[in-house]
Amino acid sequence: MKKLFNNIYSWIDERVQISDLVKFMSKKYVPIHSHSIWYYFGGVSLFFFIIQVVTGILLTFYYKGSSEQAYESIKFIMSKVEFGWLIRSIHAWSANLFIFTIFIHMFSVFFERTYRKPRELTWVTGVLLFFLSLSFGFSGYLLPWNELAYFATKVGTDIVGVVPIIGEPLKLLLRGSEDVTGATLSRFFAFHVMLLPLIFSLILFIHLLLVQIQGMSEPVEEKVKGNMPFFPNFFLRDLILWLLVLNILAVLAVFFPSELGLKANPLAPAPAGIKPEWYFMFMFQSLKFLPSKILFIDGELLGILLFGSAGVLWLLVPFWDRKTARGQKNRLINYIGIFAIIFIIVMTILGWVL
Amino acid sequence: MNTTTQKKIPRKDFFKYIINISTSAFLILIVYPIVSFLKPPKQREVEVSDVKISNLDDFAIGDSKIVRFGNKPIIVIRKEKEQFIALSAACTHLDCTVQYKKDESIIWCACHNGKYDLTGRNISGPPPRPLDKFVATLKNNELIITKASS
Repeated sequence: MKKLFNNIYSWIDERVQISDLVKFMSKKYVPIHSHSIWYYFGGVSLFFFIIQVVTGILLTFYYKGSSEQAYESIKFIMSKVEFGWLIRSIHAWSANLFIFTIFIHMFSVFFERTYRKPRELTWVTGVLLFFLSLSFGFSGYLLPWNELAYFATKVGTDIVGVVPIIGEPLKLLLRGSEDVTGATLSRFFAFHVMLLPLIFSLILFIHLLLVQIQGMSEPVEEKVKGNMPFFPNFFLRDLILWLLVLNILAVLAVFFPSELGLKANPLAPAPAGIKPEWYFMFMFQSLKFLPSKILFIDGELLGILLFGSAGVLWLLVPFWDRKTARGQKNRLINYIGIFAIIFIIVMTILGWVL
Repeated sequence: MNTTTQKKIPRKDFFKYIINISTSAFLILIVYPIVSFLKPPKQREVEVSDVKISNLDDFAIGDSKIVRFGNKPIIVIRKEKEQFIALSAACTHLDCTVQYKKDESIIWCACHNGKYDLTGRNISGPPPRPLDKFVATLKNNELIITKASS
C-alpha cells in the first residue's frame, strides 16, 4: 500500500514537481500567541463552503427550478428520497453557520488589522467573498418557492429598485420580469448554482493563494511566543475542529430540520410576522426605523445609500487606515469595529423582538 | 499456579486499532446517506393491460401511429381497412423508437439503420432479435391493443 502510494507520488512528481510545493507547505508556520484561536475561523468557513458544494450538488439531482415544480420537487426530496430531508437540512444549516463563521473571521481580521500591508488584497477578496455569500443566501432562499421566500424576495428586490437611476434596471435584471414570478425563480436558480459558484470559486482561489504566498500574519500588539508548523501540527488541529463542527451541524440538522411551509401564492396576502434571514435582519430593521422623509430625501433611499457607502468603506479599509499602514496605533479602527458589532447585534435583536 | 499467558497488545497498536475503526465508522456514516440519496426513489409504474385507439376515422390505410403502452411505445400500422399490426416500437438494438416506411413496406430504425419486416422480424442491420408482438383486435370501431400471450 505504502509502496504503491510512493510509486504514484514519484510518477506525478517526475512530471509536475509537486515536491517543491510540499517543501513550501512544510515551511509554512503559524505564529502562536494569545489570539491564535482566530486563525481557525477561515478554515472553518472553508469547511462549510465544501459542505455547501457537496450537498448543493446532491440537491440539484432532484431539484426542479420552475415555479410549477420547485416546491413539489423539494417536497419529493424531503418525503421520498432517502436522507433527502437530511441533505436539505444540512445545506440550510451549513449556509447559516457559513455566514456566521465568515462574520467572525472577518471581524477578527479587522480587529487584528491583518489587512495592513502587504495583505490589502487578501482583505479585499475576503470582503468580496462575504458579499457573495450574502448573495448566495438571498438567491438560495427563494428556491423552495414557498410563501416566506416569495415575499422575502419581493421585499428584497423592491429595496434595490429604490436606488436612483440604476435601481429600476437592476431590479428588472434580478427579477426577470416586472414582478416576482417563475422568471425570477429561473434567474435565482441560475445565480445560485451557476454564476455565484463560478465567481466565488475564482475569488476564493485567489484569496487562498494569497494566504499561502504571504503566510500567516503576525499580530501588531500581541507577543508571539513561537511558531507551529502548518503541516501537520496546525492542519491536524484544523481537522479536529472540522470534525467537531460537522457533529454540531449534524445535531442541528437532525433535531431542528428545515421546514418547507406553504407553497408561494402570488395572490395571497403576505403572512404576518414575515422576516428576512437573520443576516439581513439588521439592515431590514434599520430601514424600518427611518422616517419616510429626512429633509428632502426619501428615508429608505438614505438608508440604502448609507449601507452602500458603509460597504464600500468596509471593502477599502486597508486604503484609508493610514495610521496602521505607518505602523502607528489607530484606535478609530477599534471604535468602528465595536460600533458595527453592537449595531448589528442590537438591530438584529430588535428585529426579532419588535 | 496460573499458567494462562495473556496476549498483550502494545498500547500504540491498540490506539491505532481504535482510531482505524472509528475513522471507518465515521466515513460509513457520511457515505451511507449520500449513496442512499443518490438512489432514485421507486415511482410506482402503472400496470397496463390494454390500450384503446377509438378514433379510427383519422387513421388512414397505410398509416402508422405510435401509442403509449404504460411507459413503452407501440407502433400500430393500418395495413388494410380491417388489418392492423401492433409491435413494440423500441428497437431491440439500442432502444431507439422505430418508424414505418410505407414505400419499402418495412419498419426502420433511424439510429443505426436497423430494419424489420412487418411481422417484426429483424431482417437487416444491427438489431439482435425481433420486435415484441402485440395483439390488435377491432371491436365496435375501436382498436384494442393487448399484450400477446407468450
